[in-house]
Amino acid sequence: MTTVFERPKSLTATPNTYCPGCTHGIIHRLVAQAIDGLDMQAKTVGVAPVGCAVFAYNFFNCDMVQAPHGRAPAVATGIKRVTPDNLVFTYQGDGDLAAIGTAETIHAAARGENITVIFVNNAIYGMTGGQMAPTTLANQVTQTSPFGRDIKSAGSPIRICEMLSTLDGVAYAERVSVDSVPNIRKAAKAICKAFEIQKAGKGFTIIELLSTCPTNWGLSPVESLDWLRENMMPYYPLGVFKDIDGGKDNG
Amino acid sequence: MSQRVLMKGNEALAEAAIRAGCHHFFGYPITPQNEIVAYMSKRLPKIEGACFLQAESEIAAINMLLGASAAGARVMTSSSSPGISLKTEGISYIAGSDLPVVVVNTQRAGPGLGGIQPSQADYWQATKAPGHGDLRVLVFAPCSVQEMVDMVTTAFDMADKYRMPAIILADGMLGQMMEAVTLPEDRGRQANNKEWATNGHAGENRNIINSLYINPDELEKIIRDRFARYAEIEAKHTQHEEYALEDADIVVTAYGASARVAKAAVRDARAKGIKAGFIRPITLWPFPKEAYAKAANTARSFLCVEMSMGQMVDDVRLAISSKVPVHFYGRPGGIVPAPEEVLAEIEKIAGGMN
Repeated sequence: MTTVFERPKSLTATPNTYCPGCTHGIIHRLVAQAIDGLDMQAKTVGVAPVGCAVFAYNFFNCDMVQAPHGRAPAVATGIKRVTPDNLVFTYQGDGDLAAIGTAETIHAAARGENITVIFVNNAIYGMTGGQMAPTTLANQVTQTSPFGRDIKSAGSPIRICEMLSTLDGVAYAERVSVDSVPNIRKAAKAICKAFEIQKAGKGFTIIELLSTCPTNWGLSPVESLDWLRENMMPYYPLGVFKDIDGGKDNG
Repeated sequence: MSQRVLMKGNEALAEAAIRAGCHHFFGYPITPQNEIVAYMSKRLPKIEGACFLQAESEIAAINMLLGASAAGARVMTSSSSPGISLKTEGISYIAGSDLPVVVVNTQRAGPGLGGIQPSQADYWQATKAPGHGDLRVLVFAPCSVQEMVDMVTTAFDMADKYRMPAIILADGMLGQMMEAVTLPEDRGRQANNKEWATNGHAGENRNIINSLYINPDELEKIIRDRFARYAEIEAKHTQHEEYALEDADIVVTAYGASARVAKAAVRDARAKGIKAGFIRPITLWPFPKEAYAKAANTARSFLCVEMSMGQMVDDVRLAISSKVPVHFYGRPGGIVPAPEEVLAEIEKIAGGMN
């Protein structure tokens, strides 16, 4: 019998705890596929954040460390400095990475820390019930911006890839989306590329993935994908913001 | 052959840590502990596979410890009081993840920025609340440069054995002063063979370092198991020093730098015919409760001396169930008391007893 489809080795058989229609499941799969593709399952250490992906240690089938809120890049730094030959990645949401962990993110990037950050941007705090995140769009209604995000008071959302791409330590920064099959395929390639750059020891890599939160956006999964395309993509354009190899293929 | 050398407390501690096999250090500048960071920045890059990293914050540094310890390394950070406050988040996670690390606090005066002179105002923080949640950390209180050296080795061994954080609670005086010390033999890097370490395993052999247990029954069990370990440590590893206790009416007690002063005052009191004795906790957690309880059977009063407004004194009262009066003499704000001040207190208490 020919196997045409199976779970990546780097994912466990544990059913995930994400809401129906959430795109975390897709992103987990892409990360696991990339680890398998490099045959690095036994040499990968993942760092789980605080937020919806806090239980990521149950789903990735490799060594995992659960970090304090926002500290995943610092924890990953410690791991990588002890075991530089291992593939080390963090998996973080926008509140974790762009609010409470901004300093850890920027300085890991500035040091050119040879780790990969998987940054899931869904413009909201999911786990705590839908509060405004640093990535929440202008006028977007959340639990803590009930009248819409007021730019005068809360400022404008942060574009992480653009900001980090100004730092010399960043080897690769790309924003992708998981809203459609073609975009998912591009996301898969981006994650592979980041891991390969890490394996080559070239520095900090970040893949930002535009993602949905049907539960806290108050939309159906399909409506959420439309909302992502119509609202997030114009403000968070997809593309490569930094490539130390100048776009050459690392593979 | 080990040979006596004259060294500053902070630097002697740093060298001893390296010789204990600590080849990973993450730190941040703060007075009066900068010599530890500076020493590590000079020494570690010369050792193959070692790592010195100046972190962007105290918070980042303690979380780098979490990662490095999870990956199986012997790892240390150092700071001083305001910096330790920032590290308490990480210490709690490290304790909750059952990871061994060593944290040095070269205490200065607080609260807030306080001052940069020696202080003992972080006793409560170290022994009662080094982070949120039900947890203990090992707390060692050196009172000489030699003890800074000896305790850092013990701290690493104990932290590894019991998989928990250890704090060396020193102060600006011990960190800055120079004394002759004997350094231990260099043990070299400890083999990274901790079976629980997240240093590369796949599938069912994989390791998870985590402090989250969403099921309260599971979490209760884990906390109770951890406290069973704590009880074993209390039974086996409580350390203290005593002096002239046999016939003592007044037991003077202090730890760290103020213990040197207090012990000198006890000697002076004895020379004046006052029956004074002395207890010095070497481990602050576990606290040597029994030594106090035993002394309280014969002593008529206690005097606790601290470079604070009185923190350890609470534990002394608890240890003796307030059986006899416990007096307190303290100098907060960064002032080291003089032996004469402590002697005057002893004389006052002795006078009151007659």
